[in-house]
Amino acid sequence: MYVAVKGGEAAIANAHRLLADRRRGDRSVPALRLDQIAEQLALGVDRVMSEGSLYDRELAALAVVQARGDMIEAIFLVRAYRTTLPRFGYTCPVDTGAMQVERRVSATYKDLPGGQVLGPTFDYTHRLLDPELAAGGDVEAPTERPAEAEAMPRVSSILAHEGLIEADGDMPLDHVPGDITREPLQFPMARDIRLQALSRGDEGFLLALGYSTQRGYARNHPFVGEIRIGEVELELDVPELPFAVPLGAIRVTECQMVNQFKGSAKAPPQFTRGYGLVFGQSERKAMAMALCDRALRASELGEDVVAAAQDEEFVISHSDNVQATGFVEHLKLPHYVDFQAELDLVRRMRAEYEARENENRAEDKREAAE
Amino acid sequence: MSAQSTDIATYNFAYLDEQTKRMIRRAILKGIAIPGYQVPFASREMPMPYGWGTGGVQVTASIIGPDDVLKVIDQGADDTTNAVSIRAFFKKVAKVEVTTDTARATIIQTRHRIPEHSLTAGQVLVFQVPIPEPLRFLEPRETETRKMHALEEYGLMHVKLYEDIAKHGRIATTYAYPVKVEGRYVMDPSPTPKFDNPKMHRSPALQLFGAGREKRIYAVPPFTDVVSLDFEDHPFEVQTFDQPCALCGAENVYLDEVILDDHGGHMFVCSDTDHCEKRRGDPTTPLWGGRAEGAGDLATTPATPTPALRADPPHKGEGKEAE
Amino acid sequence: MDIATQSIEGGFADPVFNAQTVFRAIMDAMARPGSVQALPQLAQPPAPLAATAAAVALSLCDNDTPIWLDPRLQAEASVKAWLGFHTGAPLANTPADAHFALVANPAEMAALDGFSQGTQEYPDRSTTLILLVDDLASGPSLLLEGPGIEKTAMIAPVGMPRHFVEQWKQNNQRFPRGVDIILAAPGSLACLPRTTRIKTMEA
Repeated sequence: MYVAVKGGEAAIANAHRLLADRRRGDRSVPALRLDQIAEQLALGVDRVMSEGSLYDRELAALAVVQARGDMIEAIFLVRAYRTTLPRFGYTCPVDTGAMQVERRVSATYKDLPGGQVLGPTFDYTHRLLDPELAAGGDVEAPTERPAEAEAMPRVSSILAHEGLIEADGDMPLDHVPGDITREPLQFPMARDIRLQALSRGDEGFLLALGYSTQRGYARNHPFVGEIRIGEVELELDVPELPFAVPLGAIRVTECQMVNQFKGSAKAPPQFTRGYGLVFGQSERKAMAMALCDRALRASELGEDVVAAAQDEEFVISHSDNVQATGFVEHLKLPHYVDFQAELDLVRRMRAEYEARENENRAEDKREAAE
Repeated sequence: MSAQSTDIATYNFAYLDEQTKRMIRRAILKGIAIPGYQVPFASREMPMPYGWGTGGVQVTASIIGPDDVLKVIDQGADDTTNAVSIRAFFKKVAKVEVTTDTARATIIQTRHRIPEHSLTAGQVLVFQVPIPEPLRFLEPRETETRKMHALEEYGLMHVKLYEDIAKHGRIATTYAYPVKVEGRYVMDPSPTPKFDNPKMHRSPALQLFGAGREKRIYAVPPFTDVVSLDFEDHPFEVQTFDQPCALCGAENVYLDEVILDDHGGHMFVCSDTDHCEKRRGDPTTPLWGGRAEGAGDLATTPATPTPALRADPPHKGEGKEAE
Repeated sequence: MDIATQSIEGGFADPVFNAQTVFRAIMDAMARPGSVQALPQLAQPPAPLAATAAAVALSLCDNDTPIWLDPRLQAEASVKAWLGFHTGAPLANTPADAHFALVANPAEMAALDGFSQGTQEYPDRSTTLILLVDDLASGPSLLLEGPGIEKTAMIAPVGMPRHFVEQWKQNNQRFPRGVDIILAAPGSLACLPRTTRIKTMEA
């Protein structure tokens, strides 16, 4: 008897109950607390905040556990919540030059004012699994030098003194920053809009595109001018008040890529820049973003657009992992009505084909007999 | 706020905040005023994935009021999982009455079908659209397709359809079959089978289309010309079925093929579950003598007599392997 | 009552459901040009802004939509304060910058082609005109046809712009560019989207 898909409601409810059970897992294992996730899986939480476009460690930690550790699902949860929040305004531009730096490295200078600061990095760790971590042993307190009185100028400012690097992009004073969450995308897009899209773009997708530029698909001769990670102050201009209101500090990762540029009809020979800025600590993402940003400036700098990483519509239209996963995964929804239509067409075309073949065979036979 | 608290968030009526609704409502009005033109809108992240009806859900959430009666179908059926899920969403966030009865609904959200029952003035049909741009698979760039629409330059589409004819002897597009609206814009009817295209033409109902991931809304007002693209020597035709629905005996409706066993046994039944149940419940068409069943109430479904299996293929020239 | 008090009072009593009621009336009117949609009085704006037009503005306008006011409304500080308080919409400097235009005196209004018409690529970027009229039945009859109309429809708004039929014909010819009109009368509204053609008008 044909019963097919009846009882969908009960099936869905049961599936969700099973999901909750699997999420909790073995009840004899203590349940994760959000502070444990926020503290000990901090870089995962950072990625969820960054691609979820919402700076809230606790909510991101909740999303991670609710998603059973599936990062894109966690990012989706955060986005779906973020979109319901009212918009109070836009903060003043963040000054990363005034960052409380925890890590800062430059590949273009051996030493520079403020020095190289390695900070909490995986770099130079030997990737050997550490059984002591599994045993949960005590961890010794770190040695930290006192905060520097000396300012840590951005490498781009140092290079700018010689006039060999392009200036920070100029925006008119009355420029209102775009907001990709409130306006539909339109191509070609201004760089502020593009950078927003890249900052929330999928780490893996941008990493692969950035990598492709290094392998010759739109090579742009990058040097890491500087990567810095640390806390920056947020301030909000309130029209009624004569000063900007401090809102607190957030941790960000900034990457300034310095790229060789021989000059074009549009610009003199100089170093150009690619820029990356993301919430939390994620060097890989910030660097990949900077490589993509530079590649996407091809038209602006008069370069030929020859590779995927330079193609704005291609990169920006496919960089959002919440969109991408939704559309890829929607293929598992029922499509049987359209499939039926295709089935019908293929059957008819197949029947015509076979009729023709039979006809030909009969013809051949007749000819052979003659 | 604390993430540990249980009242972590409260949502507005129909989920969307009022500013978002206003933005979508403005886009809907522009869509109605420019039939078939895809209005860009700042689509929001919804609590269901992109590609699963977020465009349709945003449109429905922006038009729905407490007095509306909502029907949600997917593949023509009220009881497919995604239809159940979206219906449950609106039941929860808008507390509206829901129905499976096409005639009673004031808003019908659909994926891939138009109901068989004729729609009436005052009803709104909301389509979920994955790729709203009919020219997208001929030209992937939005910057280019936008120009084509601006210049009413649809030669590429005619070339594509004509190549089909040259290659296959017919237009090999069976769903998402492009239409021209009011003689101006070429429009994607969403992935409905072309069987449903004629229902869009001068329908008394308002038809709204929402594409969430692609951030477009478009509309066909009531009594608006919707013409499927074709050629004089190859006029547009819809799918026909050589047999009626095996459950209710309906003819001239869209049928789903249901596989009954692994020996090629299959039967064809209405894709529109409400239509089929109504006919089975209606004493004037007592094919099986069943009665109308609500979606999902499996427990109370009477045993439907097993229809006789057809050994002969429903379409001429098919099913040879099964024989 | 001073302007400050006037500007705070008279908004939607129930913003969520009132906005939905008004929007559905506008949507139905836009989808069925010439049909008259009844609307209860949901807003009490300062004169010369009237209840229906005010309700339309409350349901559609916000900080993202610059509004242009015709000179009669422009002259009333209380109207500007009321709209500013309840919608947050900025005032457009010129008709061409406006997403919406509120016109209290349509008979004297500027030409339709002075408002934003949208572009050929983005015809949606046009001004929607909200015209305040005294009624929709006692003016010269307009016989309408086009999308949304089964055969023909008839409407007779009072006090329409000068040379309206001629201006509207030009508006039709600009399609897909062009303006759309919401006619706001006491207790009811009707719409003329850019696709609607006026066949004849009785003198």
